[in-house]
Amino acid sequence: MLITLKNVHKTYFGAQPLHVLKGIDLEIDKGEFVSIMGASGSGKSTLLNILGILDNYDEGDYYINGTLIKNLTERQAAEYRNRMIGFIFQSFNLISFKTAVENVELPLFYQGVGRRRRHELALQYLERLGLKDWAEHYPNEMSGGQKQRVAIARALITHPQLILADEPTGALDSKTSEEVMDLLREVNRTEGVTMIIVTHDPKVNARTDRSIHISDGLILTE
Amino acid sequence: MKFDIDSFREIGDSLLRNKRRTLLTGFGVFWGLFMLLFMMGGGRGIKALLEKNFEGFATNTVVMISTNTSKPYKGLPEGRYWNFNYDDLDYIKMMVPELDVVTPQISNWGVSLSRDQYSSSGHVKGIEADYCKIEEPKMKYGRFLNDVDVRQERKVCIIGKRIYTSLFPEGGDPCGEFIQIGSVWLQVIGVDYNSSSININGNSDQQVTVPITLASKLYQRGKNVDIICVSGKPGVKMTSLEHRIRSVVAHRKQFDPTDDEALMLLNTEQIFQIVDNLFRGLNFLIWLVGLGTLLAGAIGVSNIMLVTVKERTVEIGIRRAIGALPGEILTQILSESIALTLAAGSAGIVFSVLLLSLLEKVSSEGGQFLISFWTAVIAALLLAALGAVAGLAPAMRAMKIKPVDAMRDE
Repeated sequence: MLITLKNVHKTYFGAQPLHVLKGIDLEIDKGEFVSIMGASGSGKSTLLNILGILDNYDEGDYYINGTLIKNLTERQAAEYRNRMIGFIFQSFNLISFKTAVENVELPLFYQGVGRRRRHELALQYLERLGLKDWAEHYPNEMSGGQKQRVAIARALITHPQLILADEPTGALDSKTSEEVMDLLREVNRTEGVTMIIVTHDPKVNARTDRSIHISDGLILTE
Repeated sequence: MKFDIDSFREIGDSLLRNKRRTLLTGFGVFWGLFMLLFMMGGGRGIKALLEKNFEGFATNTVVMISTNTSKPYKGLPEGRYWNFNYDDLDYIKMMVPELDVVTPQISNWGVSLSRDQYSSSGHVKGIEADYCKIEEPKMKYGRFLNDVDVRQERKVCIIGKRIYTSLFPEGGDPCGEFIQIGSVWLQVIGVDYNSSSININGNSDQQVTVPITLASKLYQRGKNVDIICVSGKPGVKMTSLEHRIRSVVAHRKQFDPTDDEALMLLNTEQIFQIVDNLFRGLNFLIWLVGLGTLLAGAIGVSNIMLVTVKERTVEIGIRRAIGALPGEILTQILSESIALTLAAGSAGIVFSVLLLSLLEKVSSEGGQFLISFWTAVIAALLLAALGAVAGLAPAMRAMKIKPVDAMRDE
């Protein structure tokens, strides 16, 4: 199993303690193409944050590849994120003052890869995603679909075992959504990357192999 | 993280993103450093110019001048006039052993001078050879008076710059030539170019210096002298001796020791002290204003960086999500702060040095305005430290940004 969650709980302590995840048990195998569905407030984003080691959890266990992800230091968490997980966000989250190729390079920069090498790699990935001509363009000069493809290239460049996508098509029209989904599917198939997509779009859901419905902090059906 | 060319580009990119803001923020630091260095250099230069006026004058000299008494004493009435004479010299020297030189002076004002068809006017100053220890002559030609001149009452003289130029308009060495002073002819043995603004009894430009023995005879002074100049041995503070000198003279000359008017004492030490204090105060002000401005600039940088960090929450969150360590974020913000202060400050250094060197060129007197190289180096180091301190608070805040913040802030 690539991912194993056992009885994971998460509570946000604010003015009113909010018990968001109420005992999640989940197993996802290597190479799966999974969607997580749920209404807003159901806890699906929280689950994604925990899966992405962006947030910690209060109770239970979370393993990636048999490694327990718990009580990590910031440094360890950053290391795992950088090596194992790629992120794709609804709002693309590209850095606006960097060109496409610089955005794609960034994870390698933090890995300490040499300048020339990472530039080369970034160009390769952009080419694969059909954006070679856009390498030197800034995000605000690109369409939503192009931006998302840059973001996908950025997620792929570190060869992650797992890609977490938070509403990857949420800001795109239906045609581009289709293209992006095709792309994700292709990446999943050719690279064997495990893909977890959080969405509330049934069309996206329909294109995944397995869908996990989450409601009120619990997994409903598989 | 590798610190390669991209690290610098990252810094440059984020600073240049908002050029106007960066410029305005940097201006605070620029102006602070410029003010500090420029005022430091300016203060130095003005001090050097002022000190030039005192050049060649012993700093621990007291000039004693006799005037009318203002208090009755031992049956003698007030308003009495008294005189120094030759015999007082040894007495004063004996009673105040801390004194190094005790030398008399006789002056005669308004004499007409002539040589061939040229004429001029000036004043005669009769002195002993050791007077050169009080007021150092700057001999352009010839020599100063010596003991033999004084002992033998030689009819020789040293002339000041103005007299030299009006009596010898053709220039050249005038030594050996004779000039007429009043009704006597004296041989010129030297030309004194001393241009110090401190002079005892008249401007040295228009002065004819002769042996005091000669002056006594010429002007029929008998044993009387006008002025006695004394200077202390090395390390002696003349200000502390003033009281002793006053009572010694009062005792010998029969006037009330508390009668401050009977004996006029001019203490050059006090003049130098005043100038010194003035510049110490000025320096303090310079540092206060300069450092204050610099500090205000640094606080400005800190403030703007805080705002920037706040604005960049999403960006920093993204960086964290794709693998940046908190330390790397800290380093980046600190580097930006240091880069900004350093760049702005260096501009300040360059600009102030430029202006100071211009000032140095303009001031013909050869004032020393430029700050030293090491001052500039220290200023640069100080700047880097200042930048680091200014960036500390913003960097700490940036470090606390969590990757999830990038997603929340949509």
